[in-house]
Amino acid sequence: MTTEKINEQKIRLQTKDLTVWYGQTPGVKDISLDIYDKKVTAFIGPSGCGKTTFLRALNRMHDLTRGARVTGKALIDGQDIYDPKLDPVIIRRKIGMVFQKPTPFPTMSIYDNVVAGLKLVGIRDRKLLDEVCERSLKQAALWEEVKDRLKSPGGSLSGGQQQRLSIARALAVEPEVLLMDEPTSSLDPQSTTRIEELIGELKEQVTIIIVTHNMQQASRVSDYTAFFYIGDLIEFDKTTKIFTNPDQKRTEEYITGQFG
Amino acid sequence: MRSLRSRYLRGNLVLGFVILNTIVVLIPLFIIIAYVVVQGFNYISIDFFTKELGSPARGMLGEPTGLVHTIIGTAVVDLIAIIISIPFGVGAGVMLSEYPDHWANPVLRVLNDTLNGMPAVLKGLLAWFLVVKPMGSFSGLSGGVALAFVMFPIIARATESALMNIPWSIREAGLAIGLPRWRVILSTIIPAAKTGLVTGFLIAFARAAGEAAPLVFTSFGNNYMPVKFMGWIFGPVDTLPMRLYSLAISPYEHWHGLGWAAAIVLLSVIIASFVIARFVIRDKK
Ligand SMILES: Nc1ncnc2c1ncn2[C@@H]1O[C@H](COP(=O)(O)OP(=O)(O)OP(=O)(O)O)[C@@H](O)[C@H]1O
Ligand SMILES: [Mg+2]
Repeated sequence: MTTEKINEQKIRLQTKDLTVWYGQTPGVKDISLDIYDKKVTAFIGPSGCGKTTFLRALNRMHDLTRGARVTGKALIDGQDIYDPKLDPVIIRRKIGMVFQKPTPFPTMSIYDNVVAGLKLVGIRDRKLLDEVCERSLKQAALWEEVKDRLKSPGGSLSGGQQQRLSIARALAVEPEVLLMDEPTSSLDPQSTTRIEELIGELKEQVTIIIVTHNMQQASRVSDYTAFFYIGDLIEFDKTTKIFTNPDQKRTEEYITGQFG
Repeated sequence: MRSLRSRYLRGNLVLGFVILNTIVVLIPLFIIIAYVVVQGFNYISIDFFTKELGSPARGMLGEPTGLVHTIIGTAVVDLIAIIISIPFGVGAGVMLSEYPDHWANPVLRVLNDTLNGMPAVLKGLLAWFLVVKPMGSFSGLSGGVALAFVMFPIIARATESALMNIPWSIREAGLAIGLPRWRVILSTIIPAAKTGLVTGFLIAFARAAGEAAPLVFTSFGNNYMPVKFMGWIFGPVDTLPMRLYSLAISPYEHWHGLGWAAAIVLLSVIIASFVIARFVIRDKK
């Protein structure tokens, strides 16, 4: 029980009054949230409430979005993620991301897609790459389907397979924190189950945030849940609390399907 | 509701219209090619590819003359232009497409548009000012620089639009696995845009290969082979478009024939480059 408590108190990621601006309008506003180490945190909320926007702020993905600006603080292990002296590449090595839509590199084979994060930074050890490729594809529940055609293009896979390929690619670089934006929304029930199992296995070592529209999924896989509504963080607590006895009325209405 | 048959009919009508238009466009092209070939064919010989032109007297005395120095000169000048313009053009295209917020972006865009709209003669003058004047001699190098000014803005524009066609999400995916920005561009975006890039190089090359105006004050022209090997680069050299012009306006009938033959070679080079590139693109896919 004590270890559990200590574990819980270790904060990996932290935001303070974080606002993401799209021009003059905020996508999310004044979010202060703690993400606990080696736990799964679910982000839930109706479409357009800012889940993706907030998630992207955590690994500086907004750097590339034209007109987007982040104010407030975001910290990883107490270090300012937006420190101007800090190379965002270092942050993104630690904080991996799986996007809402599959994004295979179009000219690369399945194999090269998976190991891109290693190969393109100069790792040439064939044996290591082979191992990483197989392990990542197995974790992403794609290995059996593609093991005989690793050389064919990533774009030749089906939409759901491409999504699992994107997951494998994110896993291959072994991030310490993994941001997953609706990773299973395009997957069949079987692959979804497999990814949920994977999340359970990964959290031994990895801190995970998962955005999902599936309430059952949130309650199955997560330890903590944050409920967003129109750019605000309405409630954040242990998942069991959120799903059984939320403090906010809007949280309860959303979870019980009364809106959204 | 219209019947299926009338819809088929309309489909066929549109198709017929498209085919007709294609033919109308292709006819002048074939006429030009056929005319050039008919006029110049008899002048294509071993001598044409192995002998230099020399003075007009040579042709009139029936001595063997040819355009080997022109063909090699064109290859040298075009090659220099390609070597200079591709890295700079692609670099500029990358800047235009990938770094829209960089301070240099609008500056480069204005420069590129200016260069693009500048008459070819002025590009020759620019190269004359930058290369011929300081080095004190007309040269293949300066011709290459002048043609690079022709190719550069075309390549930059083509690169920009080819890169813009690659979805933004691919870049984000690359960054998300911890790759630096330049690595993402080099290893994922540029390969994905390869077809567009090669097409851009080709259009630029085809444009430059036919230009005579920028070469007037730069590579200048030469009736003979350069004496030394480095003369191809540092001395005046002959090029097909300029030679074509000077042969055509010359008063000698034999030279007119050589001019037509030169036109055949020039057309073949341009057509061949398109065909080769198509195969390269198809092979890689
Ligand atoms: N690039 C952008 N430029 C301007 N506004 C944006 C941009 N991206 C998102 N927004 C706006 O920010 C708000 C939050 O969008 P976001 O994508 O974060 O929602 P979401 O919670 O992830 O929704 P979903 O569940 O549908 O994925 C929306 O109102 C959206 O229109
Ligand atoms: Mg979203």
